[in-house]
Amino acid sequence: MSSIEERVKKIVAEQLGVKEEDVKPEASFVEDLGADSLDTVELVMALEEEFETEIPDEEAEKITTVQLAMDYIKDNLG
Amino acid sequence: MSLMISLEGKVALVTGASRGIGAAIADMLGSLGATVVGTATSEGGAEKISTRFAEKGIKGAGMVLDVTSAESIAGLHAAIKNDFDVPTILVNNAGITKDNLLMRMKDDEWDSVVETNLSAVFRMTKTCLRDMTRARWGRIINISSVVGSMGNAGQSNYAATKAGVAGFARSLAAEIGSRGITVNTVAPGFIDTDMTKVLPEAQREALLGKIPLGRLGQPEEIASVVAFLASDAGGYVTGETIHVNGGMYMT
Repeated sequence: MSSIEERVKKIVAEQLGVKEEDVKPEASFVEDLGADSLDTVELVMALEEEFETEIPDEEAEKITTVQLAMDYIKDNLG
Repeated sequence: MSLMISLEGKVALVTGASRGIGAAIADMLGSLGATVVGTATSEGGAEKISTRFAEKGIKGAGMVLDVTSAESIAGLHAAIKNDFDVPTILVNNAGITKDNLLMRMKDDEWDSVVETNLSAVFRMTKTCLRDMTRARWGRIINISSVVGSMGNAGQSNYAATKAGVAGFARSLAAEIGSRGITVNTVAPGFIDTDMTKVLPEAQREALLGKIPLGRLGQPEEIASVVAFLASDAGGYVTGETIHVNGGMYMT
């Protein structure tokens, strides 16, 4: 079983079509990884599926970086 | 390139498929190989659709749906996934009329038409969109009406919703084109169905005089346009309203 960090990284890389080594914790989906608004919605959908959870829209809007995604998953599924 | 339309391997969802245009669309998509779920508002209606499909050798089933209920839509979507596969062709066809002069129109006549003809399109589409974006392929086809473009006395509620779905389609087409999903509107003119059978004979005659082709359209003539848009042959058409009205209204 891989760690939450690894799973989040893998999903971000897959969804945004970037290399896993570029998925650094501080990376912003839009500014650093080239995501558009639809990409970020799909990314949240993919995280919901991977971690079998539902992320409310108002929380989803705040998840703008890799670290914030990891934190959200840890805090809510920990 | 030859024109070959096959929908083999696709699951199509057609609302309001028990009669008229919706029935013709469901049957046409089925005859082209799609697995079709056609919806009706009652158990009896859904059973009739299942029987019709079986007689015609169409894969799929009739299912009950109240398009104004989010719960009913969610239940239907889960059932389709469970029995068949995710629907990637959605035909928003279910619609009602509650005609009245605006000065006499009751809130309920306005609200129920908006709920069934417009808000339901939003709900149905949102429900099916996730699977389409994942599949990187999808077809959303809204059935509008010529009345949405040219207007008709006594149908301000109906016309507002039919113009509304076309605007909805254009916006959504811009939003999700990058995911291989097309969104289009088909606007029938006067088609030979129960909805137009109620017209008085004099009005019918007057109407025919305004149609260059000199006849009402057949439901199959709408279905064939929908089938084209649903197929790979229509893959570069998006955000468009296609008028099918025998020339009574030309854009």
